[in-house]
Amino acid sequence: MSRYDTDGDGHGPDGANGSHGHAVEVSETPTGRHAARLTDDPFADPGRLPHEPRRTDVDAQARRRAERQVATMFGLSTLAAIGFVVAFVAIDKDAFVSLPLFGEIGAQNLAFGLFLGLSLLLIGTGVIHWSRKLMTSPEIVEERHSLRSPEPDRESAAAAVKEGAEESTLGRRPFLIGGSLVGALGAATVAPLITLRDLGPLPEKKLRHTAWAEQHQIVFEHSNLPIRAVDVPIGAMITAKPKDVEDLNELAKAVILILRLEPDQIQNARQLELGYEGIFAFSKICTHVGCPIGLYERETHHLLCPCHQSTFDVLNGARVIFGPAARSLPQLPINVDDAGFLVAEGDFDQPVGPSFWERG
Amino acid sequence: MSSTVEKAAGGVGNYFDERVRLASASKSLIRKVFPEHWSFLLGEIALWSFVVLLITGTWLTFFFNPSMGEVVYDGSYQPLRGVRMSEAYASTLDISFDVRGGLIMRQIHHWAALIFVAAICIHLLRIFFTGAFRKPRELNWIIGNVLLTLALLEGFAGYSLPDDLLSGTGLRIAEGVLLSIPLVGTYASFFLFGGEFPGEALIPRLFAIHILLIPGLILALITVHLLLVFAQKHTQWPGPGKTEKNVIGYPFLPVYVAKTGGFFFIVFGVSALLGGLAQINPIWLYGPYNPSQVSAGSQPDWYIGFLEGALRAMPNWEITAWGHTLSLNVLIPSLIVPGIFFTLLALYPFVEQWVTGDKREHHLLQRPRNVPVRTGLGAAGITFYGILWLNGGNDLIAHQFHLSLNSITWFTRIFIFVGPVAAYLITKRICLGLARRDREKVLHGRETGIIRRMPTGEYLEVHEPAPAEERFVLTAHEVQRPRELGPAVDENGVPNPNGRKEKLRATLSRWYFGDRVEKPTAEEYEAITSGHGHH
Repeated sequence: MSRYDTDGDGHGPDGANGSHGHAVEVSETPTGRHAARLTDDPFADPGRLPHEPRRTDVDAQARRRAERQVATMFGLSTLAAIGFVVAFVAIDKDAFVSLPLFGEIGAQNLAFGLFLGLSLLLIGTGVIHWSRKLMTSPEIVEERHSLRSPEPDRESAAAAVKEGAEESTLGRRPFLIGGSLVGALGAATVAPLITLRDLGPLPEKKLRHTAWAEQHQIVFEHSNLPIRAVDVPIGAMITAKPKDVEDLNELAKAVILILRLEPDQIQNARQLELGYEGIFAFSKICTHVGCPIGLYERETHHLLCPCHQSTFDVLNGARVIFGPAARSLPQLPINVDDAGFLVAEGDFDQPVGPSFWERG
Repeated sequence: MSSTVEKAAGGVGNYFDERVRLASASKSLIRKVFPEHWSFLLGEIALWSFVVLLITGTWLTFFFNPSMGEVVYDGSYQPLRGVRMSEAYASTLDISFDVRGGLIMRQIHHWAALIFVAAICIHLLRIFFTGAFRKPRELNWIIGNVLLTLALLEGFAGYSLPDDLLSGTGLRIAEGVLLSIPLVGTYASFFLFGGEFPGEALIPRLFAIHILLIPGLILALITVHLLLVFAQKHTQWPGPGKTEKNVIGYPFLPVYVAKTGGFFFIVFGVSALLGGLAQINPIWLYGPYNPSQVSAGSQPDWYIGFLEGALRAMPNWEITAWGHTLSLNVLIPSLIVPGIFFTLLALYPFVEQWVTGDKREHHLLQRPRNVPVRTGLGAAGITFYGILWLNGGNDLIAHQFHLSLNSITWFTRIFIFVGPVAAYLITKRICLGLARRDREKVLHGRETGIIRRMPTGEYLEVHEPAPAEERFVLTAHEVQRPRELGPAVDENGVPNPNGRKEKLRATLSRWYFGDRVEKPTAEEYEAITSGHGHH
């Protein structure tokens, strides 16, 4: 019984087949078949099946046809490669073609894809066809040896390690030399890491402030033009920013949504206090992971973040009513200047955007 | 082979042999045996798509400008002319519209990346379900798992480089995830981005990571991965003549070289056809990144979808105490859950080995049905991942099928727990059923559909006995039994110091092997076949 045979029925996976020579061809040594005949085990390994010759092995005409097929594929591949060069030279890079299913697509890119794809595929199929039809290799059996080294090898390796370790004298006072070396290696590895400190500035209070300040004018995001309060209709949603702020780092915190709602629908006193005659300014940056909140459902007065669907109720301090965000959208206190344009009354009273450890 | 070719090959061989002992080193490798099965191709798809990525990626570096410096676009794509954007985005537009062959290279690169990660995942599943991770291949399983993680990072880094609106949104989410890490998160974010988001440092840094650091690591690990396959020899399916002590297949030269070499061209060719026919990541439609804009229905590449789905499904738990904020709503789905999932996956071979106590080498693959608990666990894992992945597109599903987005999210929140358990139970039952059918087939053979009337008037269906090859293959696996629990106290009344551990092990072992289908014995077979009383 073999050591693989733990189920006790007298035939393990390797039960029947004896050892083969090193990489012998199967057809010459039907050892398995022989072994099977010796046992009464109905589940014994019947041994390798006899090698079945392919059509191309016995029929010269079939073989010649396969040879022609392989060469044809290689030949067509070369033509496709030439086609690729022609497409590079001859097709206008701005030309389009219309294909069913695919619609309007760039003609040159299409030609590149088809010619390159064909030239490569034909090499691949040609080589594989060659191997399947013409290469004469029979199936080969190779013996597998246990990966564990033979005992003498293990012993001599262990002896060599021991000898080397003794000669190093490390064993005499292991802590003095070995310990100090480990310490030095550790220090020499860790010390240079301090240079990574200058990858960026420290956070300090940067995430707590935005570009908004008292009397800073609120402008349309794209045109940089001021927004007159009387021009904001009920139900509107406007993406706005502080006037003249273009820096993306600042915009990533300062961008706001201007909404106009019926003041008597608002259920939140603080919200009314920070707004101006039904106009409210909320941070556009989601308190979940910072996506800009782009969707506004006018009917339900819900703001929806398109990334992870956090939903905020703008009738109630933009508090979260669904989704993974944990905090209400910060609200910017606003007012109008002498000309009736919207201005900020100061910065947000809390950090905008995603939470962070020091936020508190 | 003609004599000139032989002479030339001999000359080259001699040159290298006299310098690096090539003949001794390679004599057994040249005709090394590789067993054949379609499922052994999956890893090769991963390997070859990585080579396609290296080739097309190198080409792309010649034209891509990894800078966040601002320029005004004046290339040939009309809708964006005059728009301010980063040099990274502008050069990606140039690659797409003004460099001939640029778009095809970009699209092949992107398609090959999707294929690369997909092939790794399917290859991993093949290894898992057939038990190919068992001793001596546990180390290669770990390497494969590290490769998968690196592939995900590499893919995300590459996806972020064009600095378009979609990739910038991905980076914004990544920043939010970094910020959620307790203690060091804010610092990690400031150091990675070189200050506040988005800054101007990130794209050049990601570029170095994407084209040098991670590909270097992947290349090194793939090399070790393949060297181990060579050293340990490939596994094989049970079959006539195939044992734990041999490997049967075709020689490396010429058959395997031809097939795998040819397969490289097929993988490259398919990627090229996809790049020519199927548009992917049309960054010009998204516009340059702007932190105040996002498009509805934004989707990451498929392999990030499960993280996206987890983020979407998580309830909004956040703890604020002692002046600090702990964003469980971000931390759990984006870091803790995937961390646990991939750690369990990587450690699975060691867990199974501990439970089974099996320290033997295994080179014959197992059919998933013969290891019902493992197969069930795998199905549970796939279900867990799959539900998260689907939820990553909950907005698209809601839109497409006119469903409530909130209901889909709630479905995910519940089924992320129920689904894997159900999948485990169902899969395990199916496996046991299939194993029982195998047993039937061995004992009773194949139903021929021929009904014979006996002289007694009895009707019998004629069964054709299973051929010897099939009988062997269907009984070649071993049926393991649960571990016996040793006595809690020895003869001197001293309690076993490992008693609790052993007990846990025995319990797990009962769970693994309690439900099993025994193999037919020779006696059973004889009793049924000799009586000719087929039924």
